[in-house]
Amino acid sequence: MSLWRQITRGLRVLAHRTTADQDVADEVQHYFEQAVAAHAARGLSPGEAARAARLELGSVLGVREQVRGSGWENAIETLFADLRFAVRRLRAEPVFTVVTVLTVALGIGATTAIFSAVNPILFEPLPYPQPDRIATIWEVSSTDGSLNGGTFGMYRGLEERTRSFDAIAVFKPWQPTMTGPDQPERLEGQRVSAQYFRCLGVPPRLGRGLQASDDRLHGPNVVILSDRLWRRRFGGDRSIVGRPITLDGESFAVIGVMPKGFENVLAPAAELWAPLQYDMTQGRAWGHHLRTVARLRPGVSVGQASQEVDLAAHAVLKEQRPETYGEVKFVATALHDDVTRGVGPALLAILGAVVLVLVIACVNVTNLLIARGVRRRGEFALRAALGAGRNRLIRQLLTESLLLAAMGGVVGMAVASLGVRALVVLSPPGLPRVGAIGVDRTVLAFGLVITTLTGLAFGLIPALQAARSDPQRELQEGSRRSAGGHRQARGALVVAEVALALVLLVSAGLLLRSLDHLFAVAVGFDSSNLLTMQVQTSGPRFDAEGSEARFFSQALAAVQRVPGVTAAAFTNQLPLSGDLDEYGAHFEASPARLAESYSAFRYAVSPGYLETMRIPLRRSRLFVETDRAGAPLVAIISESLARLRFRGADPIGQRLRIGPMDGPPYTIVGVVADVRQMSLAVSRAEAVYIPASQWPFADSAMSLVIRGRGDAAALAPAVRAAVWSVDEDQPIVRVAMMDSLLAASQAERRFALILFEVFSLAALLLAAAGIYGVMTGSVAERTREIGIRSALGATRQGILALVIRQGMTLTGVGVAIGAAGAAAATRAIAAMLFGVSRLDPVTYLAVIALLAGVAILACGVPAWRAARVDPASTLRAE
Amino acid sequence: MDETNTDVIQGTLDMLILKTLSLEPMHGFGISRRIEQISRGVFKVNPGSLLTALQRLERAGWLDAEWRQTENSRRARYYTLTRAGRKQLEKETEDWTRRAAAVARLLKAEG
Repeated sequence: MSLWRQITRGLRVLAHRTTADQDVADEVQHYFEQAVAAHAARGLSPGEAARAARLELGSVLGVREQVRGSGWENAIETLFADLRFAVRRLRAEPVFTVVTVLTVALGIGATTAIFSAVNPILFEPLPYPQPDRIATIWEVSSTDGSLNGGTFGMYRGLEERTRSFDAIAVFKPWQPTMTGPDQPERLEGQRVSAQYFRCLGVPPRLGRGLQASDDRLHGPNVVILSDRLWRRRFGGDRSIVGRPITLDGESFAVIGVMPKGFENVLAPAAELWAPLQYDMTQGRAWGHHLRTVARLRPGVSVGQASQEVDLAAHAVLKEQRPETYGEVKFVATALHDDVTRGVGPALLAILGAVVLVLVIACVNVTNLLIARGVRRRGEFALRAALGAGRNRLIRQLLTESLLLAAMGGVVGMAVASLGVRALVVLSPPGLPRVGAIGVDRTVLAFGLVITTLTGLAFGLIPALQAARSDPQRELQEGSRRSAGGHRQARGALVVAEVALALVLLVSAGLLLRSLDHLFAVAVGFDSSNLLTMQVQTSGPRFDAEGSEARFFSQALAAVQRVPGVTAAAFTNQLPLSGDLDEYGAHFEASPARLAESYSAFRYAVSPGYLETMRIPLRRSRLFVETDRAGAPLVAIISESLARLRFRGADPIGQRLRIGPMDGPPYTIVGVVADVRQMSLAVSRAEAVYIPASQWPFADSAMSLVIRGRGDAAALAPAVRAAVWSVDEDQPIVRVAMMDSLLAASQAERRFALILFEVFSLAALLLAAAGIYGVMTGSVAERTREIGIRSALGATRQGILALVIRQGMTLTGVGVAIGAAGAAAATRAIAAMLFGVSRLDPVTYLAVIALLAGVAILACGVPAWRAARVDPASTLRAE
Repeated sequence: MDETNTDVIQGTLDMLILKTLSLEPMHGFGISRRIEQISRGVFKVNPGSLLTALQRLERAGWLDAEWRQTENSRRARYYTLTRAGRKQLEKETEDWTRRAAAVARLLKAEG
């Protein structure tokens, strides 16, 4: 009822302003007449009565304004009036307006773009029903904390023994080649156990999901398609369900299609899924090439589940693998932790960096507004003298700054949507949820919020300062001689700017030096001019025993015949390519030492691999052609492994088993230098090299490494043709020069570095603009003082030094504060640093020198202008 | 010399207006006059505050307002208490009495 009255009365006033004003005027008039009449009734003359009433009640106009100004509709009217006035003022100063709007747009745009990239990864819940109930299960090594995804044997054991989960599933990558009427295409997919989609909580939109009956050895060939693949290759044909498609030369029946929005964070590129149909024979149940995901039962926390998993897993190990396992712990972690692991700290650091840029942008705009406020003092004083209250002035100025922020926000959103696109292009391959990055409703809301906040942030200080000034004094003085307070404020802002820019520059510098250090790391082989590619085998023709080995050796022979190729070899895992193949290396007991097991990278290679890679030999010999199937089993180990196991004793002639404890022993015939396998930053290098022909299970994908005369990259087409001359159906992927693999292995750091470089460059420019603005303003205000100084005999150099000293003092204070801030803030990027302390003096000194140089330049122009002041003309001008 | 404070106690103006209007409909000056007289000059009402308050109370639904022609053919705005206004007055009176009594007790209490 009363709300209704509020709204209707307000609207009526807005619609009929004149009538409403007349009503107020009439009522106030009547009130005064009554008052005058009352005084007259006490015997005063009409004139005296009117005077008495005015004395008692104040001015009619004042009362009218007070009554008129109440009610919500008047707040709106004032707002519109303020806005109109603000627009007029900003249009009158186009340069100021454009510079301000662009500065704000840069800050808001960059921040919003980064937020839109960070939000889906760090803050949004994953796109599944009850996403907090999805967990991944890991085997954690007690020696180095490394994570292993789990084994089929453990998956079976946990399924039997745990009660925390509604569903558990294991999965592994799968890259089938689809053939048919169209071009053959290599697809990214997954082999998953039956409960995989139940764990994620997303059923297919067409057809059916996987059933337990699909997932057994020699089970039916069935496949589920992603929406994207379904539309791309089958035109979104709904009758696809039940039809066969050909994958790796075998027929698979399509049983379902996943919904459009289904996002598979566990393997973002996967487009099709087939049952795992795990082969438990051949003792492979305990190989670490699977990952495990599970859905928690309602009411079970991740912590509880984790405890149960550890207990159950150790019970399983005790029963089935009592002797082979080292110290391990089993944990369940929330899927979201899994997604953010690794990238989380880097993303937060980048978000922090961009917020600093936004703050610097705000500081700059604050500076501009204060300078503008100084120019407008006369206007404010006049308005105050005419009766505008302090709050009224503050409101007007805040309206102006919010309008500036809003314009900056609109332009900033355009900047953000461009920035998001650039981010997606730049993003390192390991960045999760790239598909979810974009300008959506959350991002827009974020943009709106920070726009408002920035408007308030850069508007408040100038508004308060303008409203504080004393109108009487201002009008009396009418000149720019009094300038104390705001100059201090602007000085403080420059200090802040320099300090913040320094934090960003130091971070960027540390990252830059880390990358330099990383690329200077000795990788253990010669990475220059080395062509690499992966050759895969697929299809039923490789079912026959030994067929893969035959294919690879024929292909290698063909490649070695290519003119220009000087050396070529195969390996099952290529350093720094993302390949990871780790096995247990079980050393036999020797008189000096007990039997012991270590985890080591397994390289199954063709003879000549170590030579082609130019991995230095440390002891005894490399592989030779006679180390083939049927010959005595031989192995070469890396220095790290030799040191770990033999502590300086001679390893040659000692024996070890690889993988299953009951496998055949290999005799160590040589020791070679360490090689970086996982990344430049990870120095773990325990490795066992064996001839591929002596490994019992053929690897289905091998990497070719090739050296040639001249540019090895130019050999790629001929090498490819040579492989295809043996079998034209075998896909060749990942053709790359080793140097670019090296660079790609640092993609995440490089991504962070690029962003930090961009942000710190922006910060540097903004800080320079800030110093320049303050110094220019200060010189302009002190023209008279400078004129007097030079009239009194100050030299040009003296005046130049005076102005530069003032600017450099501010810079110096900023540098001191910034250095302390950087020492604290670089904690956030500590994880990304390599070979450089976060307090690295070289970086700090270089950054300080850079900032000082820029500051001198920014002071230089105003100082030069000050030195050219003609004393006679300035003194006359006043 | 100090001027005696004649400001209406903060927060009580609404109650005073409602009480005054509970006797009979009145215009703005009449209300102000009545408050002054009955309070024996302790309270003087500022016209700006009074008229703003009247507008607010009217919007809250506690008063109705109508324009009447005065004897010298001027327009005057008369205010009448509504039923909701009467209820509000009861509430505010009760509240005030309770609080005033508490303040009185506090002031009387011996330190």
